[in-house]
Amino acid sequence: MTATGMSESIWPVYTRGLWRENPVFVMQLGMCPTLAVSNSVINSLSMGLATLAVLVASSALVSLMRNVIPKQVRIATYIVIIATFVTVVDYALQAISLDIHKALGAFIQLIVVNCIILGRAEAFASKNSVVRAITDAAGMGLGFTFALICLGAVRELLGNGSLLGFDVFGPQFEPWAIMILPPGGFFVLGAWLLVFAWFKERSARTAARKEPSHAG
Amino acid sequence: MSEQAQSNPLVRRPVAENAAAETRKMILTLSSVAALSGMLIVGVYQYTLPYIEANREAMIEKAVFTVVPGGVQKRAYGFSDGAVIPDPASAGFGERFYAVYGEDRSFLGTALEASAQGYQDTIRILYGYSPEKACVVGMTVLESKETPGLGDKIDLDPVFKANFKALDAAFDSASGKLVHEVTVTGHGKKINPWEIDAISGATISSKAVGAMINRSLQTNLPRLLPHVDALKENTP
Amino acid sequence: MPDDSITYILLNSCIINNFVLSAFLGICPFLGVSGRFETASRMGLAVTFVMIVSSLCAYALNLVLVSMEMEFLRLICYIAVIASSVQLVEMVLKRYSPALFRALGIFLPLITTNCAILGLVLFQTFKGYNLVQCLAYAIGAGAGFTLALAIMSGLREQLALHDVPSMARGAGLTLMVAGILSLAFMGFAGLGN
Repeated sequence: MTATGMSESIWPVYTRGLWRENPVFVMQLGMCPTLAVSNSVINSLSMGLATLAVLVASSALVSLMRNVIPKQVRIATYIVIIATFVTVVDYALQAISLDIHKALGAFIQLIVVNCIILGRAEAFASKNSVVRAITDAAGMGLGFTFALICLGAVRELLGNGSLLGFDVFGPQFEPWAIMILPPGGFFVLGAWLLVFAWFKERSARTAARKEPSHAG
Repeated sequence: MSEQAQSNPLVRRPVAENAAAETRKMILTLSSVAALSGMLIVGVYQYTLPYIEANREAMIEKAVFTVVPGGVQKRAYGFSDGAVIPDPASAGFGERFYAVYGEDRSFLGTALEASAQGYQDTIRILYGYSPEKACVVGMTVLESKETPGLGDKIDLDPVFKANFKALDAAFDSASGKLVHEVTVTGHGKKINPWEIDAISGATISSKAVGAMINRSLQTNLPRLLPHVDALKENTP
Repeated sequence: MPDDSITYILLNSCIINNFVLSAFLGICPFLGVSGRFETASRMGLAVTFVMIVSSLCAYALNLVLVSMEMEFLRLICYIAVIASSVQLVEMVLKRYSPALFRALGIFLPLITTNCAILGLVLFQTFKGYNLVQCLAYAIGAGAGFTLALAIMSGLREQLALHDVPSMARGAGLTLMVAGILSLAFMGFAGLGN
């Protein structure tokens, strides 16, 4: 950890996950749950929050234990920690609402193999203080939730004509059932990624156009 | 190892001792993490169990009272070698049923489980059967992945569900068979009370529901009907 | 066809409910390793192998857990089983087929965090399959995974030769193609009836 890194404000650590290094749209991690449960806003939100909880809790614990975990078994230890919190979240969700638990199905337990969580444990939490680890995890978790909701909103709106369960288009609207089926997941995520790539390309072009004028 | 020794002259322990210490530390860390996580999981499991069971109970209750209209109380039973045993500890899907009682503790009917292969994946349903009326009196889908907008109408379409309000399921004990097998007809072609009017555009899903009810009736009625009197008396 | 027959389980896990294209399991390797046909098919083989080993181990383990009434430890045990079967496969390959081991390279350890494997062992538990059914399920799922990867890599090898707008190069276009593939696989629904 460099001196500048220590004195660096905590804000960029938080916003990084939300936007600049968004786990889904930019880093393309954790695609499986993103595609599978984003067929409605409420499912997206529950899945996002469940992942957020596991991410924050496991990052905090990994960061706390970062000096005692031997290097050779660190991945195994991280996985045990993550699996523990996933089990906890699984039971908590069943106690809160069986309907949501049923809608998300096995994907709650599959949070264990979500590469975002192991990735943050290895790349950030194991090298940073607890506060910074939690901030980073919260940013990444919210970024993931945001991406899920982006997908869920489009898919529910087009596929069911509703948003959060409320009818939007009225009875005349013929829902595009394909949107809540598996192909819809691929199409909508693909479309979002194209939109992001277009933005990136456009800003790169504007930057390139500005560059010479600055130099001159 | 040699790099470390070079960079830090103070570390000069023999390799074997160092490795043993490292292994000890590794095992110690792993086992303490495992113990910690075990404790956490058991704690959460114990704490949430009553809530989860209450939720499950509420879910089953809602389904059971939907398929046997008028029901307010229920009791779970399991089939076991020609007998029915109350409150079965572990009975597989389709091997248990619920006896349903009304406001005045009168026996209204039973709720039975059935499953079959649908269009996309297995469909599981719960249906009500009234021995008094010799009819299926209600049906609800417990689990299905049928196509939204088409196959999922088996649970959403009120016209289709009306098929199960009084579906003839008279049983002939002499031959051990249904008097009329439950069959699924093309959309709008239902004539007899033992027929199910298929959903147009979702014939496979409709047929799956009809077939699973027919099969379930054929297997379960012979082992259920002899015990109806006992069920009537054993009010909860 | 009864829904617990071996043929149906094979068909269902391989084609009707393809793990990648309709259950969204194993998307990461599907997007990451489907650039070339050769690597894609090898990855598929490795995953199939790990699936079979971990499916059988998980079946045995679940019996033990259920008999001890410790189902709440299932998830941790399963992930441990998967990690060790990956390790096992790695050792066996290193010993008996160094060529394949080298070819798979980095993909092998990454299989641990492939959600298709954990998904497989969780689903077989939910569905209450017996040993033979578990084996069929694992073989079908592995074959389906390999099939999806192979088709995708074939398409992407062709795509690479075409002139697409620069912004569409990468995951966006791959996902669109995957969507069309998934649409095609939807046509297999109802095959078991």
